[in-house]
This record gives sequence, structure tokens and C-alpha cells, in this order.
Amino acid sequence: MSSDVVIAGIGQTPVEEHWKSSLRELALSAIQAAEADAGGLRPQVLFVGNMLAPQLSRQAHLGALIADFCGLVGIEAFTLEASGASGAAALRAGYMAVASEQADVALVVGVEKSSDMVGAAVDEALATAGDSDHESVQGLTPSGQAALLMRRYIYEYDVERAAFAGFPLIAHANGAGNPNAMYRKAIKPELYANASLISDPLNIFDAAPAADGAAALILTRPGLLPPNFPNRLVRIAGSSMATDTLALHDRPNPLDFKAIRQSIERACEKARITPLQVDFFELFDAYSIYAALTLEAAGYAERGQAWKLAQNDAAPAALSLQGALPISTMGGLKARGNPGGATGVYQAVEAALQLRCQAGANQLPNPRRALIQALGGPAASVVTHVLEAMD
Amino acid sequence: MEISRHWRLRKQRYGLMGEICPHCEAKLFPPRDICPECGGEAKTLYQFSGKGEVYSYTTIYEPPAGYEENAPYTVALVKLDEGPIVTAQLTDLGEEQVQIGTPVEMVTRRLRQDGDERGMIIYGYKFRPVGLGPH
Amino acid sequence: MDHNHNENLLLKPNRPVGISGYGAYVPRYRLPASEVARIWTDSQGSLPIKEKSVPGLDEDVATMSIEAARNAMQRAGVPPSRVRAVWVGSESHPYAVKPTSTLVAEAIGAVPNVQAADWQFACKAGTEAMVAAIGFVGSGMADYALAIGMDTAQGRPGDALEYTAGAGGAAFLLGPAEDSLAVIEATYSYVTDTPDFWRRPYAKYPEHGQRFTGEPAYFTHIIEAGNALMQATHTTAQDYQYAVFHQPNTKFPQRAAQMLGFQKEQIQTGLLVPLIGNTYAGAAIIGLTAILDIAQPGDRILMVSFGSGAGSDAFALTVTDAIRERRDRAPHTQEYIARRTQIDYAQYARMRGKLVMK
Repeated sequence: MSSDVVIAGIGQTPVEEHWKSSLRELALSAIQAAEADAGGLRPQVLFVGNMLAPQLSRQAHLGALIADFCGLVGIEAFTLEASGASGAAALRAGYMAVASEQADVALVVGVEKSSDMVGAAVDEALATAGDSDHESVQGLTPSGQAALLMRRYIYEYDVERAAFAGFPLIAHANGAGNPNAMYRKAIKPELYANASLISDPLNIFDAAPAADGAAALILTRPGLLPPNFPNRLVRIAGSSMATDTLALHDRPNPLDFKAIRQSIERACEKARITPLQVDFFELFDAYSIYAALTLEAAGYAERGQAWKLAQNDAAPAALSLQGALPISTMGGLKARGNPGGATGVYQAVEAALQLRCQAGANQLPNPRRALIQALGGPAASVVTHVLEAMD
Repeated sequence: MEISRHWRLRKQRYGLMGEICPHCEAKLFPPRDICPECGGEAKTLYQFSGKGEVYSYTTIYEPPAGYEENAPYTVALVKLDEGPIVTAQLTDLGEEQVQIGTPVEMVTRRLRQDGDERGMIIYGYKFRPVGLGPH
Repeated sequence: MDHNHNENLLLKPNRPVGISGYGAYVPRYRLPASEVARIWTDSQGSLPIKEKSVPGLDEDVATMSIEAARNAMQRAGVPPSRVRAVWVGSESHPYAVKPTSTLVAEAIGAVPNVQAADWQFACKAGTEAMVAAIGFVGSGMADYALAIGMDTAQGRPGDALEYTAGAGGAAFLLGPAEDSLAVIEATYSYVTDTPDFWRRPYAKYPEHGQRFTGEPAYFTHIIEAGNALMQATHTTAQDYQYAVFHQPNTKFPQRAAQMLGFQKEQIQTGLLVPLIGNTYAGAAIIGLTAILDIAQPGDRILMVSFGSGAGSDAFALTVTDAIRERRDRAPHTQEYIARRTQIDYAQYARMRGKLVMK
């Protein structure tokens, strides 16, 4: 696998409750945008990242569905599912197909349609990502898992619950500059302090809102790009996936998101960099505790210390757009919205916008390298990519 | 109806029947057929005592479908005396404040019903704070 | 009915049988009777009990029977594989069709070489399971049989039964007399067809004959059964350290005791209804567990149950030395009673499924 794989096209829909659009329509919208961006490249293969359509939309078999609806009948197409990392897994599949020259052009789409059901039915569907026989049957939800970790973290490291406020504050500040974000308004610490609980001690600002959305990528090799390709080229420098035990209770130390470390090590090794050589990190902040545990597992902070990187004291926080390691630069899951299995593709689209210097109000100063990472469950599945600007 | 997937787990669900690895003597709950400690095959049944302590806990205010009637309820990671951690609801909490480290014991309770009131009742382990005999 | 009370009336096995282990269960929630009165009578009138026990949202006769059975097995110290029958008596089995007993047998590890059945006879379903278990063990068919009486009784909101309909019961592992903490000297059953209380299929709450439940039903059957047993065993009330009767309220068992010649002190220990309510199939037998918790070797105990419909089972027991080392192997009944969380009528309405959720 020596060939460079580049992102030739990107597309996304706003993340929100798309009451008027179906799963297939959302996918089409993102795919059309990506095709237009790619200057007419035609894919031979479609990888769909999705986690809940069989339950929430009563629709499986998304490969054929989306290929059909998007005018691509005949091409190879199937779905990858790894819970919240589904879209990132689809990206990895696309990368492998193009790098191995099994395909010249791959279309990757992440799509989620959470609002086809509402309320407890959505929580029930989300809970299927846990161990059904030993976690979900006890009424445990993904939010509950995050809360169990947050409680233990507070206990082991003797931190205040308010310590986690920094993560949603940064995400919402960044979401304000993303036209596709679900929440485009900065929030104040008092709002966090008084928010109602989802799963004690986790409050509504510690959890990213589930929403609908689709994002798409067209991948190819540099030599196959159309002439006069207008955008700065972004290549996939590293790609990896790692797993941990499905159930939280099966881990010797549940606060150690081990697969995050493994996945980052593998992706950085392929990219021939260290994790410190990235300019920003699109991490998986479905829960503020996950952001903290990710930064610690990745080695950006000592155990029990990551929350400090999110504090705006005298200087801007290290994780803010002005800091040394910006995270969630377009709002992250928290403010952009959590489009479930589409998340990994959104992260790639947003990182590509940054690397192309097309990120608008949130543009970082000429970033060269991005780390992006999506989690399935409490890092039971971890997919990491290193994206690099090529010139 | 989802009968068999609960029925086949009845020994572990009703009474914490786990496994012990015949190679390295690691005690496993929930049972799994490959020992995570040594990688050997582990299928020997082992009866857990049902005693443990709270490793972490949370009260769930937004329950998934099927659990609404019991909300809010408390789910914990319980570290069993024999070593493994298990996910389980805490019950019979009364006014006592649960904390990390609270000693708990296993009881068999209703977990949910399959669908509506016509469906099968699913029973399984929960834990409650230790407070009653033996002396 | 031939009232010639002689020993032939006794139900007595060839092989002596006793209680190898016993276990009680009472859920932790308590509804004061004053709460029912607050809602339905503007708090007027006297109250039949102080408070009643209420099961938690995740409890039913199966889960409660399992805990009582585990306590009984712990006291007996008998391996579950030696239990050859698991019988659960209740009028609130969780299923109309599907045994509670299989679930209990599975949970205590007594499957699969076991007889299992659910029993039904209003409030004496527990003692009829015990009588049958005496026959099972006494005949030599089995060494150990587990008999349980347990209920989560329901009373229609506002009905007199709502003050008292409680939850709880007890389990008894019956075995050979030589391995028992109390020998069952004899039993006697007295039954007529007397419709004082019933529940038709699909009806949520039982109907009852109000004052008809007293003299022709409760008192007639308890007194006849108690007297017949004492006459046939050549005993009188003075020969017993303790007596316990079915207890639908505080007054009935007190009056029955008086009619049979017992003093207040003899029934005090087993009279639990003021603090946990009427536990139906569990009512007389959970009283027996409270007695066994404190009784001394050699003490004699008379127990008479009553089940509407109607009948009474009377038992004469003698406590053995084994009580001393076995009774502390599991929680005492008074510990369950002391473990209480008071609830109000709104919480009670929720916990007992009286709120319309769909």
C-alpha cells in the first residue's frame, strides 16, 4: 500500500433535525456536494457509514439503497457499522480500497437519521451499541456509560464536576463559526453549572445532541485527479483502527481508553509522525468525559489533568482555536451536533476545510496536519486518521 | 418476542453463575469462553458469592424504551469480591446515599418485560447495599 | 362433619418430618394506614394496622420467594441438588400461566432433578405447600422439599383491604426430623366451601364478603382446626410457648387466640400484621419465622393458617437444639421489618401499578 490517497471532494449537510428529509435524501445531498467539489470524478465503490438506520428508519441494506438513489446503480456498495465510528470506518475502507488499487475512486458517505424516531426509542437504539446481554439489559445507555466514567474520574482524580465545563464551552464557541453546526452560540459557565442531569453526574452540556446529517468524501490517487484541480490537496497520511472490550466492566481500568492510544500510535507510525506533530485534533467529544479521557490516552495530558487544557484562565485554553492543540474546531460533536455514524466523515470534511484554508470564521493559521478520531461506544472501536496538506 | 436470548442466560442472570479458567484460575463474570487473562479456553462453571462493592454509579433520568416505568434508576459498576466488575442496577436504595466503595450484595429482581404486559418478564441480578444479617 | 376428634384426624407421616431451614422476606417500603385514611376517609376512624409493606417496582412473588428461599437454604446448609420439590403458594403469582416455582428452583440451583409446582388457596397456599411437603418427605419420596408462601397482595383503592394488603412471606425447607431445627409433631386441616373472598379471572382486585369473612369464615375454620389439633395431640394452649394465626388485621388473630385459650404473650412474637400488613399466603408463616428467630430448644409452637374459600391448616411444632446454630445464618425477620422506607400514597400508587401509563 504505497500509493498516496487524497481527498478529492467533500460535501456535508447541516447537522440538525431534518424533519423534511429522509435518510436517502440526506445522503444524496452530501454526495452531490462532494461530486461537484471533486470536479466530476465517478466512483467505482461506495462505502456507507451508518449506525442506526435498521432500528430508527427500519432500513438496512444502505449500500444498494444509496447507490440506487444517487444514480450510481451498478457500483460496489455496502455499509460499515462500528457504532459512533461507523463513518470513520467507512473512510478507512475507502482509503484501503484506493490505496490497494482495488478502486481508483471511492465514495465514502456517512449518514444518520436519528429523528425518524424520538424519545426513549432513540435511547433504546443507541443502547444496542453496548453489550446487550450484560449492559443494555440493565438499562444502561451510552450516556450512562459516560456518567459511570465521569463519576469514577471525579473520584479518582479528586476534581470538581465543573472541571468538565471547559469542553462544552470550547465546542460551543467554535460551533458559532460553523454554518453547518446545530448550535451556533457560545455558552457561559453558569449555563453549564445549572444544566439538568441526564445521568448523574452527566448533564445536558456534557453530552452531544443526537441529530441528522450526512457528509461525503471522494477519495482517489493524485495521478487520477482531473486537470486543474482547484483545491489544496489533502492526503490521508495515516489510517488505523483498534478495538477494546465491548463492555466497560470488562476492562481492568475503565478510565484507560487503551484503544485510543493504540489507534493513534498506529496511525502516526504510518504517517511517520509523533502525535505532537499535528496542528489540531478533531476528537470525539460525544461526552465531555470522553474528550478528557481521549487527551489522556493519547498522551496530550497526564491522567486526571486533561480538563486543565480546556480552562480559559489568563490565556486562551490550550484546546481553543487560539491554543497549542485546537480541538473540535468546527464545534465538535457537542456544538456541530452528533450525527451518529456520520461523525467520522464530518470530521474528515471539517479537517479538509481547515487544511484547504476554507474553514471561514474558524480558520486556523495555515494548518498542515490534522489528527481525526471517532469512537464507537466508550472507545470499544477507535478509528484514527492523519490528514496532511500536500504542498 | 425475544425468548431464547434471555432463557439461555438464566444461570448467570438469576444467580451469578460465572466461569473459572482451568488454566490460570481467573474467575470470569460475565462468563466468556476465552479467558482474558491467559487466553486459554475457560468453560468451567463457578458460582460467585454475590458480594462486592460499588466501583462507580449513575442515576439514569433518560431511560431507553422498556425502562421508563422504573426511572429514575441507578446503574453501577460493581466490583465483585472475586475480582471481576459487573454492570448492574442498584435497588432498594431507600434514603441511603450510595458511594463509591459501598458494599453491596446480589439480589434477583425483575429487569424489564419483553414488550407490553403480555410479554415475558425478564429477571436478573441487581445489587443492593449490604445491611441485613448474617451476624 | 364428624367431630369425633381423635388421633386419626391428624395428618401425620410415617417418617417424622421437621423444618431444616426457614427464611423470611419483607420488602423495604412501608405505607402507613394513615395515608390510606388521608386519601379516602378524611382520616376519620380507627386504623386496622400501623403500616403495611409494599414491594419495590422490581419485585414480585418470584423475586421475593427467591430471597426467602435463599435464606432458608442458608440456614439449612443443604446442597440445592438435594432439594427434590420447590412449591410456591401465592395468590399473586406473576404469571397466570407459567410457574413461579421453576424460577425459584433455577435461582437456588435446585434444577433439574426437582418437582416444582405453584399452589393456590387464598391465604393458606403457603401452608398447604408445607403440608404437601410433609407428605413428600414423610413418605420417603424425597429428603428435602421447599415450601414457600409469598404474596404481593392488592386491595382496591379505598377498600378496607387497601389498609392491610401487604407484601412478604416465608420459605421452609422441610426435611427429616433428625436434621431439623423444629420437628413438626402433627398437622390437621379443616376445610369447607365458604365463599368469603375471591377473585375472578382477569379481575385486578379481589371481592370479599365484609362481615361474612369473620365468624363463618375466619373464626370458624381457625377455631375448629386449632381445637381439633390440640385435642388430637392431647395438648392445651398452656402447652405452647408460642402461637401464630393467620393475621388479616390486628384484631382477628387476637380474638382467635383468646377463643382458643391463648394469652397475649404467646401470640405477641408472631403477630407481625401491625407492622407489615396482611401478607396473605405469607401471613401465618412469616409469623412463625419471627418465632423461630427467638425460640429456645424444647419450645412448642402452634400455627394455624386460614385461606378464604375456606380452610385452615394447623401445625404443632417442637423446636430442637439445631435452632441455636442455624438461626443466625440468615437475616432475622425483625431485621427485615426494621429495614423500612416510608412512602406516601402517591409513591404507593406508582409502585403498585395504579397509575395509568398507557
